Amino acid sequence: MGRDITFGQYYPGDSFIHRMDPRAKILLSILYIVTVFLCVSFYSYLAVFLFLAILILVARVPLRSVLKSVKAILFLVMLTAAINILFYREGSPLLQFWVIRITDEGLIFSAKMALRLLFLVIGTTLVTLTTTPMNLTDGMESLMSPLKVVKFPVHDVAIIMSIALRFIPSLMEEIDKIIMAQKARGAAFDSGGLIARAKALLPILIPLFVSAFRRADELALALDARCYNATPNRTKMKELKFGYRDLVASVACLLFMGVIILLRFYPGV
Amino acid sequence: MSIVVENLSYTYMPKTPYRTTALKDITFTVNEGEFVGLIGATGSGKSTLIQHFNGLIKLADGRLTVFDFDLSAKKINYKALRKGIGMLFQYPEYQLFEETVLKDIMFGPKNFGMSKEEAYESAKRAIELVGLDFEEIKDRSPFEISGGEKRRVAIAGVLAYKPKALILDEPTAGLDPSGKKEILELITKLKKSDAVSTIIMISHNMDEIAAYAERIIVLNNSRLIYDLPPKELFKKDDLQEMGLDLPITVKIKNALAQRGMVLDTDALTAEELVAAIKQKIRGNNG
Repeated sequence: MGRDITFGQYYPGDSFIHRMDPRAKILLSILYIVTVFLCVSFYSYLAVFLFLAILILVARVPLRSVLKSVKAILFLVMLTAAINILFYREGSPLLQFWVIRITDEGLIFSAKMALRLLFLVIGTTLVTLTTTPMNLTDGMESLMSPLKVVKFPVHDVAIIMSIALRFIPSLMEEIDKIIMAQKARGAAFDSGGLIARAKALLPILIPLFVSAFRRADELALALDARCYNATPNRTKMKELKFGYRDLVASVACLLFMGVIILLRFYPGV
Repeated sequence: MSIVVENLSYTYMPKTPYRTTALKDITFTVNEGEFVGLIGATGSGKSTLIQHFNGLIKLADGRLTVFDFDLSAKKINYKALRKGIGMLFQYPEYQLFEETVLKDIMFGPKNFGMSKEEAYESAKRAIELVGLDFEEIKDRSPFEISGGEKRRVAIAGVLAYKPKALILDEPTAGLDPSGKKEILELITKLKKSDAVSTIIMISHNMDEIAAYAERIIVLNNSRLIYDLPPKELFKKDDLQEMGLDLPITVKIKNALAQRGMVLDTDALTAEELVAAIKQKIRGNNG
């Protein structure tokens, strides 16, 4: 049931990280991603792990909601790990048959890849856990604003994004209702072969599209009725502001990056 | 052939910080042939309750028997259960999806295992039952007919598989006054014919509920508060505290009482109220 699904990842709170400027969070998460890709030795992975652990403690989000996002990509992680283990060529073989060759280096490499994927997801999840979707789009809009120089419709893209975000829960509710209505009319979605199942989706998809278009139509009318776009420079109710938190966080992240770079070039340290 | 609810409770998203209790210890029975109204403020648990009746929500706590089906059993034949319960959700016209009205109405019967010919006959009968012209409407797209017609088509789509009981969730919501009246007349007609025997109707319109239901169940904050015939129920003075409206006749009666004319009546229809007022005036004069 849709009602049993919590949409979006935002976990309400007012921690240090929650109150940071979304722009800082986006930029620092990009920095974080770059940093994770610089990791080579297991020591640097340990450093990332500790850094994440501190972030989670500072953000005061429950570990469970962090792990939920990990669960979503667990399959991907395992698949890449399996492929890496089976097809990595370097190193001395531990096990060999047919085209498959499992090597010691292959095991290490795939473990590192898996860790890298997990750390990337956990790190970026922390941003979405501590930032409301609206704040996130505001931040992106602000970050993209230099593109206005080349006539890129930054504001329109931002409003499209926030509308899309706003309507995801509504559409999920709608799907829920449609599924129940068709189930009440005896529709079965979990039996039969692949084609039968694909066909069974039609009674859900068609009403969903019809209603999505209806909503879009109504929304466009409402925007028009309120003279959307009549003023060239819209002001914001909440101005984004860089604060001391963002400075502290930036310094912390740069230091962290420094540590990783040190570990990369001076493995003996 | 009845619906028996015993100590039914339900919580959404249990064991999470978002847990919300939707139903708490609900017990009542709907007998075959009854027309029961279900009222309560938004969020009182009405929809959750009716969704239990055809297994859209799995029974979590308590007992529920719908016709011959024990919903606390491990294995339930949901298809057979759902065939017996015609459920019409709010704004049912948004569930139409087929190319033609006829195909859409045949969707239910075919799902429940009727042959093509049976489904066709059944759809024809259902379209006629809801008062539409079969030949005229059968090949039209359900997206191009009028709002009132769409709702009738949606109702026909439920009637077509010949359910024993009909559950209606605000069947008149969003219709204009004449459309509302037509749908209510249709429901009464269905009740009188042997198309469906038992009807459960959710409504926020107390005039409708007072006029049509033989018995009214009131939910408030997940609990069953009253289970009474309309005349008894609308004597209660705490309905408005539960966020419920009153029938217009009761409102008039209360307004008169405030101005000093206390009527000793349980009148619900306009005629009854007028008669009571006339009697009172005559009584005062005589």
